[in-house]
Amino acid sequence: MGWALALHGGAGDIPRSLPTERREPRLATLRRCLDLGAAALRAGRPALDVVELVVRELEDCPHFNAGRGSVLTADGTVEMEAAVMEGATLRCGAVSGLSTVVNPVSLARLVMEKTPHIYLAFHGAEAFAREQGVETKDPSHFITEDNIERLRQAKEANRVQIDYTQPMKGQSPQETKAPVDDNSQTGTVGCVAIDAAGNLATATSTGGLVNKMPGRIGDTPLVGAGTYANAICAVSATGRGEEIIRHTVARDVAALMEHCGLPLRDAAARVVAGTPRGTTGLVAVSGAGEVCMAHNTTGMFRACATEDGYAEVGIWTDEADGNGASVSVRL
Amino acid sequence: MGWALALHGGAGDIPRSLPTERREPRLATLRRCLDLGAAALRAGRPALDVVELVVRELEDCPHFNAGRGSVLTADGTVEMEAAVMEGATLRCGAVSGVSTVVNPVSLARLVMEKTPHIYLAFHGAETFAREQGVETKDPSHFITKDNIERLRQAKEANRVQIDYTQPMKGQSPQETKAPVDDNSQTGTVGCVAIDAAGNLATATSTGGLVNKMPGRIGDTPLVGAGTYANAICAVSATGKGEEIIRRTVARDVAALMEHCGLPLRDAAARVVAGTPRGTTGLVAVSGAGEVCMAHNTTGMFRACATEGGYAEVGIWTDEADGNGASVSIGL
Repeated sequence: MGWALALHGGAGDIPRSLPTERREPRLATLRRCLDLGAAALRAGRPALDVVELVVRELEDCPHFNAGRGSVLTADGTVEMEAAVMEGATLRCGAVSGLSTVVNPVSLARLVMEKTPHIYLAFHGAEAFAREQGVETKDPSHFITEDNIERLRQAKEANRVQIDYTQPMKGQSPQETKAPVDDNSQTGTVGCVAIDAAGNLATATSTGGLVNKMPGRIGDTPLVGAGTYANAICAVSATGRGEEIIRHTVARDVAALMEHCGLPLRDAAARVVAGTPRGTTGLVAVSGAGEVCMAHNTTGMFRACATEDGYAEVGIWTDEADGNGASVSVRL
Repeated sequence: MGWALALHGGAGDIPRSLPTERREPRLATLRRCLDLGAAALRAGRPALDVVELVVRELEDCPHFNAGRGSVLTADGTVEMEAAVMEGATLRCGAVSGVSTVVNPVSLARLVMEKTPHIYLAFHGAETFAREQGVETKDPSHFITKDNIERLRQAKEANRVQIDYTQPMKGQSPQETKAPVDDNSQTGTVGCVAIDAAGNLATATSTGGLVNKMPGRIGDTPLVGAGTYANAICAVSATGKGEEIIRRTVARDVAALMEHCGLPLRDAAARVVAGTPRGTTGLVAVSGAGEVCMAHNTTGMFRACATEGGYAEVGIWTDEADGNGASVSIGL
């Protein structure tokens, strides 16, 4: 059966008119991360190591809404969150409210490995980061001009904007029609993998929503919502955090497989179709080696690869199933 | 079928030798809350209002680990968290890291009703509390002598202590044997209800673990872990937060009912039995009017009542089913 991995850089109302200069840097990073992850899996690294290293790369890339490049709160600050989970053991770690930690996903793993807890947030998470000696930088390091501009636009429209992939005004010859109900999605990042030994793991990281209230926590660090892994499958979600939370998306994919015997593809499609259109995307791998990338948004930056040589990098999906979810899947 | 409600004041290694003076005030509060909740349901109040008002009473009582009477962090401070969820709509609200808010459960409801978000924490939650004008008090208001003593003992034993119901040294002629692995449980509070119109709701509130790391978040505010409601059932859990999180306890009860057609009792028993012994308790009501109070701990402070006239207030359960979980059932 062999190893497999899938990663995402955010689901949303990504227009097909997205200009090359806004598309290529992200696709290039997805390809680079896919290669890094595949190489690590080929070398026999455990799934947990692989999802962490891939997400670290995505956090470091300023074009995604995680780590550097995170979107800004209503106060113009960055509050990052992340989670990891190991399927075989149900061990997990999560952090929220980080403003100086270069790689939130690694701090989440340290919470899991070095404390009796699962989840640390805000001042307590920052204090733990210093105790652990992880790399930190001044908060200004994480703030990019693109995100300052996104916040300005969102405030102008008095909107909590959840699509950072929308072309910004003046940057695209064809301005997409601004949705009346702005429900397009954040560029959260995530990775799921099954390693050569058959172990599953997941990791997710994000800056949250543009113009979110300070202190707002989304789905990413909530085990069972944006991030979940057990012995059946590993899931990382992206989209409108509030919908992913109330629909316990990541846990529900596993539950449908466990209780209803659905293959990963069907479980993922059903869960995604059960959330409001335009709100949810996810990547997942199963213990049987299935790989699935599903979204009910216009698109989702994503990539996947398997040991037998299949690889995919993309944004949109042309095939939609009857449930209204687009699923690209590799068995 | 009619209304029904159930409430808890914490599951844990509550010894049968617990002296009257440590048992009676809590039982008296449970009875009072049961009467208040039942009266509200009889008067036709919606389930969401009822669970909130019951949990407010429990928060105000200093003998439970919520609101005033919350256990202390390693820094000697109080960091409270709470969540509410409405079954019919999947609307939910949660807060963490509040230190001045008299009724965290009400702030959680305000997050749900007054913001585009589900979950606010720490400084952002405190700011929101002030904007909303909810009742706040100096942090010292929430700190009780009992909890200062519990923290001192936990630090002395270098332990994150999760049982605040253990008799403290010197207060009981028969000292219970201190467990090598201190896995007894917090006195989190919670309430679930189904109203006359058949709507389900849940609310949970806690101060967390004795000697927890500052910033530590437990299961209570995590939708699907300690708190969950949909159209099938409403659940509020208590116990070792980390175990409840990784096993998505509250969501799993509903999932077993939905996907496997189990009655509430069996779903709850299976989920509780699936967590490590001594870590988990819950109260739940279903859309069919079933009421269940299950725990795999020595005891759980609890009470329930139904429109049909059944009422129960208790701590221990004598009946054990084959799964090793103790389940007490109200009609």
